[in-house]
Amino acid sequence: MDETTSASNRSNGPALSPETMKRAYKDMLLVRRFEEKAGQLYGMGLIGGFCHLYIGQEAVVVGIGLNMKQGDKSITSYRDHGQMLVAGMTARGVMAELTGRSGGYSRGKGGSMHMFSREKEFYGGHGIVGAQVALGTGLAFANHYRGTDEVSIVYFGEGASAQGQVYESFNLAALHKLPCIYVIENNRYGMGTSIERASASRDLSRNAEPWGIPSRKVDGMDVFAVHQAAQEAMEHCRAGKGPFLLEMETYRYRGHSMSDPAKYRQRTEVEEMRRTRDPIENLKAEMLRNGIGEEVFKDIETDVKAVVADAVEFAQTCPEPDESELWTDILVEA
Amino acid sequence: MASLILMPALSPTMTEGTIARWLRQPGEAVKSGDVIAEIETDKATMEVEAVEDGVFGKVLVPEGSENVAVNTPIAVLLEEGEDAAAAESVTRSADPAAGVTVAIETPSAPAIVEAPAIKQAEEEKDWGETKNITVREALRDAMAAELRRDEDVFLMGEEVAQYQGAYKISQGLLDEFGEKRVIDMPITEHGFTGMAVGAALTGLKPIVEFMTMNFSLQAIDHIINSAAKTLYMSGGQMGCPIVFRGPNGAAARVGAQHSQCFASWYAHIPGLKVVAPWSAADAKGLLRAAIRDPNPVVVLENEILYGQKFPCPTDEDFILPIGKAKIEREGKDVTLVAFSIMVGVALDAAAKLAEQGIDAEVINLRTIRPLDTETIIKSVKKTNRIVSVEEGWPVAGIGAEICTVAVEQAFDWLDAPPARVCGLDLPLPYASNLEKLALPKPEWVVEAVRKQFGD
Repeated sequence: MDETTSASNRSNGPALSPETMKRAYKDMLLVRRFEEKAGQLYGMGLIGGFCHLYIGQEAVVVGIGLNMKQGDKSITSYRDHGQMLVAGMTARGVMAELTGRSGGYSRGKGGSMHMFSREKEFYGGHGIVGAQVALGTGLAFANHYRGTDEVSIVYFGEGASAQGQVYESFNLAALHKLPCIYVIENNRYGMGTSIERASASRDLSRNAEPWGIPSRKVDGMDVFAVHQAAQEAMEHCRAGKGPFLLEMETYRYRGHSMSDPAKYRQRTEVEEMRRTRDPIENLKAEMLRNGIGEEVFKDIETDVKAVVADAVEFAQTCPEPDESELWTDILVEA
Repeated sequence: MASLILMPALSPTMTEGTIARWLRQPGEAVKSGDVIAEIETDKATMEVEAVEDGVFGKVLVPEGSENVAVNTPIAVLLEEGEDAAAAESVTRSADPAAGVTVAIETPSAPAIVEAPAIKQAEEEKDWGETKNITVREALRDAMAAELRRDEDVFLMGEEVAQYQGAYKISQGLLDEFGEKRVIDMPITEHGFTGMAVGAALTGLKPIVEFMTMNFSLQAIDHIINSAAKTLYMSGGQMGCPIVFRGPNGAAARVGAQHSQCFASWYAHIPGLKVVAPWSAADAKGLLRAAIRDPNPVVVLENEILYGQKFPCPTDEDFILPIGKAKIEREGKDVTLVAFSIMVGVALDAAAKLAEQGIDAEVINLRTIRPLDTETIIKSVKKTNRIVSVEEGWPVAGIGAEICTVAVEQAFDWLDAPPARVCGLDLPLPYASNLEKLALPKPEWVVEAVRKQFGD
């Protein structure tokens, strides 16, 4: 089989070339392994404070990432490690920020929830639920103001979708036809409260309907489906037609944060999701069906493990920020 | 190689816990993500998941064990195919110093890292010829000049474009700069302020007009958490060049919700600058400086001053430094420190005091943060008395800060306890007579000064 031309012929997603599938698999695995390691380092006390893992939701950010081009901006909440890795930020820089070291993206002054990269157009990492939605609308406003065809990707959870500023943002984006893709990562639980107990709106994909913003409800555990929906949304935005809303039905395997015992759901629910819907396992199965051999997965696993191990090593050995850093970056020198 | 499973920290504050239950037996295969144990912390019972694939080798700390310190080896994980004997060897070499970082340290008192000295703002230069204009015109001219100077500057807010400004500050700007750069906003301060901050993070330079600063409360999270802190949280990568401006403080009989001074609210925040112009020259010079500043700046204007005329330099390049106070009246007996509309009250009080033979020096702060303490202290060392005058409430107000600065830095020069004149500590009433009773007037300042002279 010719790897460069053959493609997945799956019915519920667009065809993806073997190369694209491999990239998606590698990116998802990197996020998974990175997060597992972060959880471990947290357990060892090397990461402090709040730490929110992305495990289970990998298909969302990876499927969208496949459609991003240079200049596209992204922004999210505090569950942000996956977004950063997919934006092209280094595992070293992210892990070192988690351990509060000088080699971190914020030189140790931000932590898990507050990381940014001007170079990779990643605008955080925000600890206030919903704030990134208005800020992300501003990123789209800037694209619009400068007359580019760049798009702003704004991630938020279904919990944040109850915040008032989300709807103020929808209104502003629709009024000004801003190139903004709103991505609701509906992982079913806003902290410990299920969506059914927090939202009277049963179908979040319809939450932007009054503003005429087109939307799709997407299987966020399926990277093919995410890719297809993101492609449509991107084309819409780049054509100057205004914002687009994607509701990603996804699931987080871990608690809300590291200190969440997750007593609000049955263990069996998590196990069932892992067993039947895991985005990485399902992509692997599809790739195997497409004739991609086991050795490919072994190689990817080895590569990813090496990247993560290197990041962990760096995050533990590079020094803490110098004490003089305490007083820098409060104001830009005029 | 066999590896140790350590007692994990399961919350930001956990130092030890109880192993409630082991869920795996030696010899069983373990996949990353499998629950291997339950651990009780002070707050909850947590499930512990394996972070690596392997074979469960050996329990080191049996279930039921209490007060197990974080990072204690509690079990051994073998690699697939590895002999159970490997569990023994790893146990024997279980020296915490070898490869295991113990994170819980005895806290020691950290040394105080001194704040760097604040760079002094440059002196105001002599700008020559002046012309009498209103504060309203001065603000408009400042924005027009900066909109002409820099394509990245734009103005947004409620009624700023077609309506020409709720208080007519943006008169004519839509005509000159067009709707791309003078943008009407719906009445949604939280949303549009967040949007403006997001645009500023990319390098654009928005001027956000709040119809009054009272409505900035709807957006205060973005001003503080998004605009002021991002530079620090991003390790210096992402500045936020933005101006938040609008009328602040009491207007005239608009009641409690529309009559409040936010000077001390915003002055409290590291990462923000706060200016409060009084005269037309203040307004023009400070607003131009605020728009050019690479940091978020809050400009506290005053509705009652909008229509008042003052001489303002006509020089096209006129601008004022942020962080520099101005001595509006020189004197030798007492220092009156005021900002915004209270500068006029302090000057009126100084005139009355002069009639009584007391020569007051009046300082117009112009900038609230960073505070020009040098000018204040220099004056106090000359006059030996200080009275702060502000329209806002007394508790934790700007006067509290000024009095503290005087005590900390000029205690030995003071001949009387520092005093503050403030708005009364109550929501502003509507009734004309009651409203008058609640706001500082020259007589209150005169009385405060006379007290300092033992009257």
